[in-house]
Amino acid sequence: MDIAVCVKHVATLGDEVELNDDATDVDPDYLEWTINEWDTYAVEEALRLREVAGGGEVVLVTVGDGGADESLRRGLAMGADRAVRIDPGEGAGILDPLTVAQALALAIDDVHPDLVLAGVQSSDAVQAATGTMVGQLLGLPTVAVVKRIELDPGAGRARVHRELEGGLVHVMEVATPAVLTVQTGINEPRYANLRAIKQAREKEIAVRDLDAGTRGCCRVERMFTPPAGETAEALGDDPAEIARRIVEIVTARLS
Amino acid sequence: MSGILVVAEHLQGRLRDPSLEAVSAARQLGGPVSVLVIAHDPRALVPAVSVEGVDEVLCAQVPAENFEPDTYLAAADSVVASRDFDAVLAAFTVNAMGFLPALAAKRGLGFSSDVFSLRADGDRIVATRAYYGSKVHAEVGFPAPPVLLVRPTAWPPAGGSSDPPVLDVEAPAVGARTTHVAFEEAPSGDVDITSAELLLSIGRGIGEKDNIEIFRELAEKMGATLSVSRPLVDAGWMPSSRQVGQSGKTVKPKVYLALGISGAVQHLAGMKTAGTIIAVNNDPESAIFRVAHYGAVADLFAVAEELGRQWPG
Repeated sequence: MDIAVCVKHVATLGDEVELNDDATDVDPDYLEWTINEWDTYAVEEALRLREVAGGGEVVLVTVGDGGADESLRRGLAMGADRAVRIDPGEGAGILDPLTVAQALALAIDDVHPDLVLAGVQSSDAVQAATGTMVGQLLGLPTVAVVKRIELDPGAGRARVHRELEGGLVHVMEVATPAVLTVQTGINEPRYANLRAIKQAREKEIAVRDLDAGTRGCCRVERMFTPPAGETAEALGDDPAEIARRIVEIVTARLS
Repeated sequence: MSGILVVAEHLQGRLRDPSLEAVSAARQLGGPVSVLVIAHDPRALVPAVSVEGVDEVLCAQVPAENFEPDTYLAAADSVVASRDFDAVLAAFTVNAMGFLPALAAKRGLGFSSDVFSLRADGDRIVATRAYYGSKVHAEVGFPAPPVLLVRPTAWPPAGGSSDPPVLDVEAPAVGARTTHVAFEEAPSGDVDITSAELLLSIGRGIGEKDNIEIFRELAEKMGATLSVSRPLVDAGWMPSSRQVGQSGKTVKPKVYLALGISGAVQHLAGMKTAGTIIAVNNDPESAIFRVAHYGAVADLFAVAEELGRQWPG
């Protein structure tokens, strides 16, 4: 049971924001990086499914510069076997989901996996598109927003639970190999112990260059900080004063 | 604009409201609006999509009774291939995520999801969406006519009624690689958070499971119902029946008191119509402050302690 898992090294923004000179992205100095939360669930699910199947390889695939190795090492420390990183070059900025999906699909094709997992979305761009695009480009059946996977490897099928709006669950069967995008809460991602973190340093990360021959599907033209609009009325900064105001507002509204 | 295609969404035989919001977004771009209904019995949904501003309804009849990614993709693709649309719009929903990105990849179209504002710059479409936890917004452009998934509640649903021409369109037969098994309703919990007048809602900011007790006690003292954001359900700390948001419950209490909730888009969709929203969070850039009527940048434990002390009775 070989499983490819798409991983993204995502950026988060602290309290302060400065844009870059042409206002197409945040100034990199203001960004902090980590593994995409959804992808930790996808890695965990791959490790569990491999256990159930009794063996196989879990391969992480990402598009990102050298900084992304940190997220790959985290997945390798959780128990993945090796990783492939497609490097778009330093300072590539925000890549569109189609460009990323094309690069991922090429790399995944070499793995010939029995299953491909991706997070539903990335926390920094929230397109919820890359996994579904990978499925299309690989010609594999694709099911998005999955919160339970029951694999029947011998039968070439999986039963999956899709999480729809309002908590409704859609149970489906899908032929494998397939691409499934994984929702948070599907499992409890493990923490790697110190030994596993050390071992992960020895695992292979193969690096390739991104073939930037495509035009992508969207491009940030102008980034801006949201207009203040109707901002919340400030309740002050002293907890006692804040609580006093909350009591006042709540009792007035409920009376 | 030569035409905008809206792909309608339905579930268990009913049109879903965000589809009519997508119609409003399409009208805003100008140009004729065609609505595509892909269903086992598309004609049954025609009255629901015959709202003001719809110029044409396209019916693609498919064998599948329920959503099937392969079948829906083939039907949408066949319609898009047959005409020159300036854009394909749909609501940003779980089903849409399951096949419309594939349409963009297959046809080499533009794509963006969670679009909450749109404008036409001549023939060019410019969409606005958020990045980095909604702390910044950006206008994005497209190299080809785009597939745009629009944020639920960003546009008002198109209303009124009209009598647009209805056309049957061919849906190519495909050997679908998924099969429908069943729908399962979420288990109902011990409380109905949608009927509460006062919700005390907690999120990731509470830090650890043991802290839930602090807020459970506070809620009891205030006569509030305790609700939560998604991360607390994902962690298994609280049942999904207490979850506010797109994948949980949509709530509209008189007062929504959010403690330690940053305000992910999916959470905001479930509570932003509450009568009065009060938010306490230690991050001044949290998106929750943009929908809140009252806000405080403070330590939520300190505020909770004071609230417990000061609440009358």
